[in-house]
Amino acid sequence: MALIKDGQPGPNDWQHLDDSETLPALGPVTVSLKRWQSQRDGLNRDGQPLGIRLEASDSPEALGDMPQEIPLIVLDMQAFTDGRSFSQAQWIRERLGYAGELRVRGDFLLDQVFYLARVGVNAFEFSDASQAQQALPRLHEFSVRYQAANDVKQPLYRYRNTAPIA
Amino acid sequence: MYHYDQYDQTVVDERVAQFRDQTRRFLTGELSEDQYRPLRLMNGLYIQRHAPMLRVAIPYGLLSTRQLRMLAHIARRYDKGYGHFTTRQNIQFNWPRLEEVPDILADLATVQMHAIQTSGNCIRNVTSDHLAGVTADELEDPRIYCEIIRQWSTFHPEFSFLPRKFKIAVNGAAKDRAATQVHDIGLQLVKNASGETGFEVLVGGGLGRTPVIGVVIRPFLAKSDLLSYLEAILRVYNRFGRRDNKYKARIKILVKELGTAEFTRLVEAEWALVRTQLILDDSEIERVTRAFTTATYESLPATCSTLDAALAEQPGLRHWWSHNTAPHKIPGYRVVFVSLKLPGQAPGDMTDSQMDALAELTDRYSQGELRVTHTQNLVLADVKLTDLQALWQQLSGLGLATANIGTAADIICCPGLDFCSLANATSIPIANGIQQLFEDTDYLYDLGDIRINISGCMNGCGHHTVGHIGILGVDKKGEEWYQITLGGSSATEAALGERLGPAVSRDQVVSVIDSIFTVYRNIRTDEEPFLATVQRVGLTPFQERVYGTH
Repeated sequence: MALIKDGQPGPNDWQHLDDSETLPALGPVTVSLKRWQSQRDGLNRDGQPLGIRLEASDSPEALGDMPQEIPLIVLDMQAFTDGRSFSQAQWIRERLGYAGELRVRGDFLLDQVFYLARVGVNAFEFSDASQAQQALPRLHEFSVRYQAANDVKQPLYRYRNTAPIA
Repeated sequence: MYHYDQYDQTVVDERVAQFRDQTRRFLTGELSEDQYRPLRLMNGLYIQRHAPMLRVAIPYGLLSTRQLRMLAHIARRYDKGYGHFTTRQNIQFNWPRLEEVPDILADLATVQMHAIQTSGNCIRNVTSDHLAGVTADELEDPRIYCEIIRQWSTFHPEFSFLPRKFKIAVNGAAKDRAATQVHDIGLQLVKNASGETGFEVLVGGGLGRTPVIGVVIRPFLAKSDLLSYLEAILRVYNRFGRRDNKYKARIKILVKELGTAEFTRLVEAEWALVRTQLILDDSEIERVTRAFTTATYESLPATCSTLDAALAEQPGLRHWWSHNTAPHKIPGYRVVFVSLKLPGQAPGDMTDSQMDALAELTDRYSQGELRVTHTQNLVLADVKLTDLQALWQQLSGLGLATANIGTAADIICCPGLDFCSLANATSIPIANGIQQLFEDTDYLYDLGDIRINISGCMNGCGHHTVGHIGILGVDKKGEEWYQITLGGSSATEAALGERLGPAVSRDQVVSVIDSIFTVYRNIRTDEEPFLATVQRVGLTPFQERVYGTH
C-alpha cells in the first residue's frame, strides 16, 4: 500500500479493520461508520487513534457535528462511478469544517484524483507505489479551475485576469 | 460567439493532453475497458457498431464559420466526409479511429471547441433557443447564462460522477424553442412582479424510457442566485438519486419518488446553506456578455421591392421564403433556415464540402455565425432582405434549400440501427420512406406544420415522445417493429404523445403514416394544424383508420 498525503508520498501507519476484527490494543485503526455508531465507547483504547470509514451510501450527517476529534476520516469507495463520495467530502470539509486528514481508498481512478483533491480529500491510498507516483502530477491536472471548492475559495470569475494561470 | 480568454483556452488545451494520455494508457493496456469507458464518455467518445463515434459540443448551438470549416476538415481528414447534427446541438462523427481522437480534439481546441462532457454521467452541453438574440419575443439573450453554466459545470469537482446524465436548457423568449420542459433542469427567463429579470426553474423533465414533463420548483430565481441554486439541485440529486438501476437514475425519478414538494424542500434547505457563498456577480454577467460578438445592423427599410417582385414571380423562392425563413427583430433582416432534410439523405447529415461552402455563404451574408437547431437544421440568423434571393440560389445549388422546414418532411431522426449499437431498429430509411410520400410538394404544404420524430430505440435520441407524430423502433423477436404516438410537443405547451395502438411492422410504417395524414385532411377544420386536430378529436378516428384496415 502506498500513500500520498498533502501532495507528498508518505508512509501509511493506519490499519483498516473489518467489522468482525478485534481491535488491537495499540496502533491507529479505522472502523466502519456502522461499527463506530454501534460500539462507540467500546472502541475507546485509552486515547489510541481511531479513524472512521464512510462508504458512499453512508450519510455524512451521521458524523454529527463534532468530528474534529477524529484524526482520520476515510472515504471508502466501492465503485469509482459512485459520486456520492464527492458530496461526502464537500459536507465534511465545508459543512462540518473538518480540518483533519480526509483520505480516499478503494475503487477510484487516477483520473479522479484532481476532482477529489478539489473537494477536500488530502490523502490518497493506492495499492502500489507506482500508482501513487503516477497520481502525484494529476493532483494538478488542470491549472484552471472555474469553480470555488475546498482548494480555491472563490470562483474563477472573482479573480479572472488578476491571477496568472498556475 | 463567446470568445475564449487565456483561461478558457487553457482548459481545452489541458483536456486534450489529459485525453491523449488516457487513450495511450488504454491502448497499452494500463487502463481496462471498464476504467477507460467513463473517461472516454466524458469526452463524447462511444464505441459503436462500426467504429467509435465522437460527439462534439456546439455550446447552445452557436458556431462560427471558422469552427464550421474545422468541422469540415475533421470530416474530411478523420472521417468519411460528413458529420451528423443532433437534436441537442452537437455534431457527431461516425467513423473516427480511436487512436486519432486525441488529434481531433487537438484540432478542435485550436478553434475553441471541445467534446467535454458530451456524454457520460455528468452535466452535458447546455442547450438553448436557436433564435436567441434575433427574436422579438425575447426577454434577454439566454446564451449568456448558458455560457456561465458551461463554465460552472466544466470539470465540476463534485458533480462529475452523477447517477446519470444531466441536461440543462435555457430559454429567453416567450415561446419555448429550447424544450425546457423536457430537460433535467429547464430555465426560463421571466420577469417578477417588481420587474426584475430572473429564472423560472423547472426540474425533472426528460425523454427516454420514462418521458416526463418537468415541474416548476421555483417560479422566480434572481440571476445572482443562479449558480447556488443549480448547486443545491445537483447536490440533492448527487446524494439521493438512485444508483441501483440505471433506468431509474435520472433526476425525474427522484422527483417522482420523493414528490415535488419534498424534493423542493430538500433543494431549498440546501440552497439556504450555500446561497450566500456562491453569488453570481453582475460583473461576471457583464464580462461574459462583452465576450460575445454582437451583430451589427444597418438601418434598412422593412421591405425590399426587388425581393417582393421575385417572390411574386418565382414559386420556388416563394415556398422557400414561407417555410425556410422567419422574422428578425431588426427591420430589413430575416432569419434563414438551412435545411439538412434533403429527401433521401440522413436527416441532419452534412458533407465536408457543404460545410465549407456554407461557411463562405455565412461569411458573405450572415456576419460569420450560424446556429444548430434542435430539429437538426442550421440557421443563418442575420441575413439582409436584399441578399435573400442570392443566398437562396446558392443554397439551392448546395442541396441546402429544400423548402420543408417545419413540415412533415423535416423529420427528426436518430442514427438508428445503421450506426448505433443501442438501436433496435433502423430510423433513417423510415424517414426517407416518409419523405418519398411528398414528391408532390403541394401535398406536403397542404399538410402544414407537422413534426415527425423517429427514434430507433427507447433511449429516444430522436425525441419521439414529443413529436406530433412519434415513431419508436422496437425489437420483436429479432424483427423491427414501430410504435406510433400522436399528439406530442416540446413547445411552450409541452405534451407527451399517446400511443396509437399496437406496433406496426417495418413495411407498414410509411402507409400507416400516410393514413394518418389522410384522416387529418378529412377531419380538420379550416387552417387547423395537425396537432390541434389531434388535440380536438383524440386518437379514435386515427385508430379506426389504421387498425381497421391493417
